[in-house]
Amino acid sequence: MKNVTLTINGKKITVPEHTTVFSAAEKAGISIPALCRHEDLEPKGACGMCIVKIEGQPGYKRSCVTAVEEGMEVLTSTAEIRDIRRGILELVLAAHPADCLQCIKHGKCELQTLAERFEIRDLRYDRYTRGLPVDRSSFGIVRDMNKCIGCGRCVQVCNEVQTVASIFFHGRGSNTIVSPAYGTTMGDSVCVNCGQCIVYCPVGALYEKEAIEEVWKAIDDPDKIVVTQIAPAVRVAIGEEFGLEPGELSIGKLYSALKALGIDVVFDTNFSADLTIVEEATEFLERLKESGPFPLITSCSPGWIKFGETFYPELLENVSSCKSPQQMLGALIKTHYAESRGLDRNKIVSLSIMPCTAKKFEAGRPEMRSSGARDVDYVLTTREIARMIRQVGIDFRNLPDGTPDPLLSRYSGAATIFGASGGVMEAALRTAYELATGKALEKVDFVDVRGMTGVKEAEIDVDGTPIKVAVTNGLANARKILDRVAEDKRRGRSSYHFIEIMACAGGCVGGGGQPIPNTLARRARRIEGLYREDRSLPLRKSHENPEIRALYAEFLGSPGSEKAHALLHTKYSPREQYQFSE
Amino acid sequence: MSNIQYITGFATLENPLDIDSFVAKGGFSGLHSALAKTPAEVISEVKRSGLRGRGGAGFPTGLKWESVAGDDERYLVCNADEGEPGTFKDRFVLEHAPFLVLEGMAIAAYATGAQTGYVYVRGEYPHVVASLSSAIASAVKAGYLGEHILGSNFSFNVEVRKGGGSYVVGDETALLNSLMGNRGYPFLKPPFPTEKGLWGKPTIVNNVETLAYVPYIFTHGAEAFASIGSSGSPGLKLFSISGHIAHPGVYEFPMGTTVRELAAAAGGILGNLKAVQIGGTAGPIFDTAALDYPLDFASMRKAGGALGSGALVFMNTTVNMAHVLEVTMRFFAEESCGQCFPCRYGTRQLAFMANKIASGQGRLEYLDLMRDTTHVMVGASFCPFGQSIAFPLESLLDRFGDEIVSFIKQQEFLKEAAV
Repeated sequence: MKNVTLTINGKKITVPEHTTVFSAAEKAGISIPALCRHEDLEPKGACGMCIVKIEGQPGYKRSCVTAVEEGMEVLTSTAEIRDIRRGILELVLAAHPADCLQCIKHGKCELQTLAERFEIRDLRYDRYTRGLPVDRSSFGIVRDMNKCIGCGRCVQVCNEVQTVASIFFHGRGSNTIVSPAYGTTMGDSVCVNCGQCIVYCPVGALYEKEAIEEVWKAIDDPDKIVVTQIAPAVRVAIGEEFGLEPGELSIGKLYSALKALGIDVVFDTNFSADLTIVEEATEFLERLKESGPFPLITSCSPGWIKFGETFYPELLENVSSCKSPQQMLGALIKTHYAESRGLDRNKIVSLSIMPCTAKKFEAGRPEMRSSGARDVDYVLTTREIARMIRQVGIDFRNLPDGTPDPLLSRYSGAATIFGASGGVMEAALRTAYELATGKALEKVDFVDVRGMTGVKEAEIDVDGTPIKVAVTNGLANARKILDRVAEDKRRGRSSYHFIEIMACAGGCVGGGGQPIPNTLARRARRIEGLYREDRSLPLRKSHENPEIRALYAEFLGSPGSEKAHALLHTKYSPREQYQFSE
Repeated sequence: MSNIQYITGFATLENPLDIDSFVAKGGFSGLHSALAKTPAEVISEVKRSGLRGRGGAGFPTGLKWESVAGDDERYLVCNADEGEPGTFKDRFVLEHAPFLVLEGMAIAAYATGAQTGYVYVRGEYPHVVASLSSAIASAVKAGYLGEHILGSNFSFNVEVRKGGGSYVVGDETALLNSLMGNRGYPFLKPPFPTEKGLWGKPTIVNNVETLAYVPYIFTHGAEAFASIGSSGSPGLKLFSISGHIAHPGVYEFPMGTTVRELAAAAGGILGNLKAVQIGGTAGPIFDTAALDYPLDFASMRKAGGALGSGALVFMNTTVNMAHVLEVTMRFFAEESCGQCFPCRYGTRQLAFMANKIASGQGRLEYLDLMRDTTHVMVGASFCPFGQSIAFPLESLLDRFGDEIVSFIKQQEFLKEAAV
């Protein structure tokens, strides 16, 4: 690749050709303001904040979509440019509700940050508000279009990265609104609740549907026993809410924090990740024995499940019948745990802490009531539990490492990597290999399936049988493989034995409930944190987890047993894209 | 003033959809002679004629055709999304001389190697969609369109597409997005559509009137075309004349004809002339000095405006310029596509302030704030639409600012007097 040298604000800088002026300035230590650009997304040039003056060219150019040229002379902040930027901010603010103090994004809002940076102290324009109802119809996502600034990032991520196309621009000019088709609500729309729109929203127009108040109420109720579980990806991200680096393992601090909040029992979803692997590996080996149907597709990601039910109903027989780790543990908490402690299951409030907004949807699915009521009562995202910890005033960074409660909390390294794309596959292979061959696996690391790449493929030799696997993250990437599987099905053949699908880029570490910023770069560092923990654990295979063995011995019988099926497995049904309720 | 007519000459046919009478009047002879040349010769002929785009920007047509490069799969689009207020000449051409446009399209397609053509018709012209489709069917039947045109190896098919009623889609990049089924948002050039247009393939977008003048070049010769009009702006031009004028309508005159001559040809101004808007709503509003402006690209540029679509809206002294301001700003607010922030929010605030002024609740500070808003829009709007709002707004405030100021003060006085 050729290099290009240009001058930015009088400073010479050399960057590879095709670099944008915006990125070149960033490298030169100059932060050009922007409201629509995001490092993970293709720049569209909507906001106009990033304009720069290029010597010899008329007018101003949007630096986010202008490529560098040899000898270019760029000015990023002249008096007139500052005027224009202030003008844009004033125009946006005049149409934006002035309720920053009550806003969920207060202090983290990109519009607020820029308004402060450009010292917008008063508005010359008459304010107006849109007066639109806040859409709370979805299980996972609240949509407040009064606050939307129309940057289009959510539209981009929903349409291009996820190919769900639940939301798009409607209307024109200042009436432009981001909405599901035909003015339906999020709850009735094709939305899969992945929450990636939330992650990329610069303001408070899209956010998780909070359950914090309900959880406080349960904690404060002396008659209730609040039992919680923590998903794998939370432990390497929650620290970011308290100033720690992405990828820093904070599970010990989180156990302590949850106890300090007054939560009665702390279990770990990593335990049920191990359980999922034992059940799913058993299911896979059965299919190997009966030659299919192949491929088997993982079922841990609720965003993917709704996506599959909606867009690939013909592949539902391929999806593993295993519930996700959240729902397996939810069912066990209200059955096995309640019975073993002699507790009334109706007094148990089952709470899960997830990196994910789709988990809120999953917990409310009618299939997820194996205990007779909701197996998981409330789902809190990583961001929400951090808010609760802050409310109490716990010094998270300096907490001592705590321990979870026994019975449903021990875990292996195979469980913790569930939070990374490829982790479920790797964990399943570790167990499937040993269960199939009866031999000890010499090398537990399946590095081919790791990493942020959207589609990964590998072939693994299981005792002479070559097992073809594929791993995808991000739903646009899932489509690439699913289209192939669907085509194979039509032609009566199969290219893969086993496929892992995660709805979000990078896997659960990049879920819609994770700390913001939730950039691809941060997701990669969280993934590193998970593999570090995997390497550091004494046990690295799910079936070696002693609490798992005890669970089968004392309660479930054997993997795939009737009881296991009743509590730990589910089924899926084709779904219409739009519900069109009243 | 010359009496040369071309499009308006064909437009006198009793039944514009009767292909035989069009041919009897010399129609499709340009296509015959163009097909006798190589595509490169056709392009160089168009370049020699000096024909410039009649949609507004005035880009040299021959150069545009020549710049088509890349993939062999190519498209030609006839831009019939005529949304400029006060502009109705493309509608006139499509209604009265549809075959002339199709002949021009066939020549353009032959020159540029396009296999498929689309006519993107403004959504508000549904009758044109029907008549044009029938004209295409007749032309295919007679061998002027379709497979092996006039027995040659050249094949070219034309389809009609109906727009959804967006002004911004008149911009070629937004139009291409709309044609592909996307939202009608403009995209940044380069790459130009001639390299990456419809579905990433090279695409030529020409205005209806531009295409209708192409056959002239191949019937009467490039020199004949170049000899009409003024230097740098050769040929004839259609003008849409409306407002306080005796006989509003479409008039065809050589480039360089003055506003005064046009007004006379249209029967003269009704009452006393106060202002004239030239080139469309996105053009400046001039005072009576405009009467002596020659209507061609260079002269209008010199006068601080643009020839644009060739629309002239005459306003006499009964017109309240505060109301002109309101109508113009409302138009921009309604038609902003909403893609970029400066235009989406700027047009809304401008329309809001203009509405307050026109309805007697104006404040003098609004006038400065309107200029500042325009400044932001000129500097940071994504496409020419948002940038062009400066033309009408600044010209109104510069030339008729006193009137608007006294209107605001008078309304204030009346309100106080009423208390």
